Amino acid sequence: MARYVARRLATLVGIVFVISVGSFYLIHLLPGDPATVILGTGASPAARAALYRQLGLNRPLVAQYLVWIGHVLHGNLGVSFISQTPVLTTIRAAIPIDFELILISQVIAFAGAVPLAMRAARRPNGILDRILSAGSFTLLSIPPFIIIVLLVLLVSIKWGLANTGPSSYVSLGSDWIVNLESLALPSITLAVGSFVLYFRVLRADLITTLQEEFITMARSKGLRQRRIMWRHAFRPSSVALLGTAGVNIGGLLAGGFVVEYLLSIPGLGYTLIAAINSSDYLLVQGIVLVVSVGVVLINFLFDFLTSIVDPRISRE
Amino acid sequence: MSDQPLLSVRHLSTTFATPAGPLRAVDDVSFDLDAHETLGIVGESGSGKTVLARTLMGLQPRLNVEVTGSVQLAGHEVVGASTARLRELWSSEVAMVFQDPMTSLNPVMRVGRQIDEVLRVRHGMDRAAARARAIELLDLVGIPSAAQRYRAYPFELSGGMRQRVVIAIALAGQPRLLIADEPTTGLDVTIQAQILDLLDTLRAQLGMSVVMITHDLGVVATRTSRLLVMYAGRVAETGPTGDVFRHHRMPYTRALLESSPKLSNAPHTRLAAIPGQPPNLARVGPGCHFAPRCDLASDRCREVAPALEPTERPDHLFACWHPLRTPSETPGASS
Repeated sequence: MARYVARRLATLVGIVFVISVGSFYLIHLLPGDPATVILGTGASPAARAALYRQLGLNRPLVAQYLVWIGHVLHGNLGVSFISQTPVLTTIRAAIPIDFELILISQVIAFAGAVPLAMRAARRPNGILDRILSAGSFTLLSIPPFIIIVLLVLLVSIKWGLANTGPSSYVSLGSDWIVNLESLALPSITLAVGSFVLYFRVLRADLITTLQEEFITMARSKGLRQRRIMWRHAFRPSSVALLGTAGVNIGGLLAGGFVVEYLLSIPGLGYTLIAAINSSDYLLVQGIVLVVSVGVVLINFLFDFLTSIVDPRISRE
Repeated sequence: MSDQPLLSVRHLSTTFATPAGPLRAVDDVSFDLDAHETLGIVGESGSGKTVLARTLMGLQPRLNVEVTGSVQLAGHEVVGASTARLRELWSSEVAMVFQDPMTSLNPVMRVGRQIDEVLRVRHGMDRAAARARAIELLDLVGIPSAAQRYRAYPFELSGGMRQRVVIAIALAGQPRLLIADEPTTGLDVTIQAQILDLLDTLRAQLGMSVVMITHDLGVVATRTSRLLVMYAGRVAETGPTGDVFRHHRMPYTRALLESSPKLSNAPHTRLAAIPGQPPNLARVGPGCHFAPRCDLASDRCREVAPALEPTERPDHLFACWHPLRTPSETPGASS
């Protein structure tokens, strides 16, 4: 197990290195002088000179990267010329919102998908299975930006529930009840796609697992169906589920911006769009770096969970 | 022998509803098994042995399956019993050793816990007692350093060790009847003998009865008291093991015996394979199922299925219109 984790960590370091090079080079990919890209066209010569000194822009690219990565590793992602605030401060304010949003949506998705998949898999093509499979497929075909609009129309406007509509976001620290209310609709929207995905993956694997000989063996021990489902069938069937969840959550981190943008929730996605609109390239660079590393870390975490669920994986 | 047999099977049939029509995998099987006795059920692949084993326990799936007849297990009727009722019997009256230890153990559960589970859930032991008993059982089935193996996952054990674990799980509830469904098929030859000897020792030691299902006559020759030869779901011949080996009357039994390698054979002896394939049970004629592959078959064989008839010995029965030896002949010539 230790060797497996060490090997995975080594891979992780390699991937993070590649991501950092990509994020660094982003600024140089844009047309024009990096100082113009970062500071904008109206910057004073003094500011340009200061930036040149700070980033070592007249030195070779490799040296520039080393200077930059040195700053990054010390938590210095630069100071936005647009907002005059350190990029890290902006990102730090946005991350908890995404964390909360993803956490709530995943709790909803798993709480719905796991028990329903267990029920559906007991009788493949039974009535319940058909209803759930057809229903989940319908949900899958509705894009999130439609779902969020429908939810807002129904819940916030027709039912008139307060604190659920656009621009109603309140931070967790100031009032947690209003905070939860304001995140309810986006969480549900993000949960829908995850739910469908998890339900389908787990159902398919459970159906395969339930035909295994060790399930018949478990029955022959005189165990109850419930125990067989949870103790014997669930764990071996959840390997693909965990892999899917890792990729999906990584995707939500990067792709939750639609709901954030539509409801003006100041998470990473919303901040990223705002940064792009205002040509705040240092902030864009910082968010790209943080999100990419986040996606890699989440996948690493889920790979690790997978190797705990199925100990055969780490001993190959 | 007690007055009432431990297992009493009467006119047992198992029929699967398939798209091609009803498929009778077990067809009118009857036999008794006394306490402490070992019965061998032999036949080719597809002869209905495994379905019979699962029907005896009531373990076959219920969807699209019809079971008729009667299975009395220690005074309890298995056919038509509810799952809740059957669960009471499983593990404490009857347990099964499955065919392939590579697939019959849960791959992501420590073997100790797979034994514990039976003791805790079914027999109300607490965690510590169950653990102690599980280690005892691992020791009983001949697993060295049982306390360490208790924490092993199945993939950390060899095939033979896994099958010993499967046996330990089967023994956990101290069943009166152990059904071993080809317990050595997935193992190499030296391990096969060890597992069979272990089952035999345990049977004697724990006073169990055993139903040993196999396609290998070498397995049953010395380790069973009675044999049931099955072909295409039906009983072809049954009797005391020695009688069936020496005085068999059914051509299928002879064919099966001749197709087994024997140490007494001269080197390079060609094994007599049985020509043809076992029939597709969804499309069989009214007659003897073995008729298409039998060199003695007549029109009568193809039209009317023979019933089981006793030989000169009342407990040795066979189903054949053209039995190999008439009682006046000297038996034992052909095998």
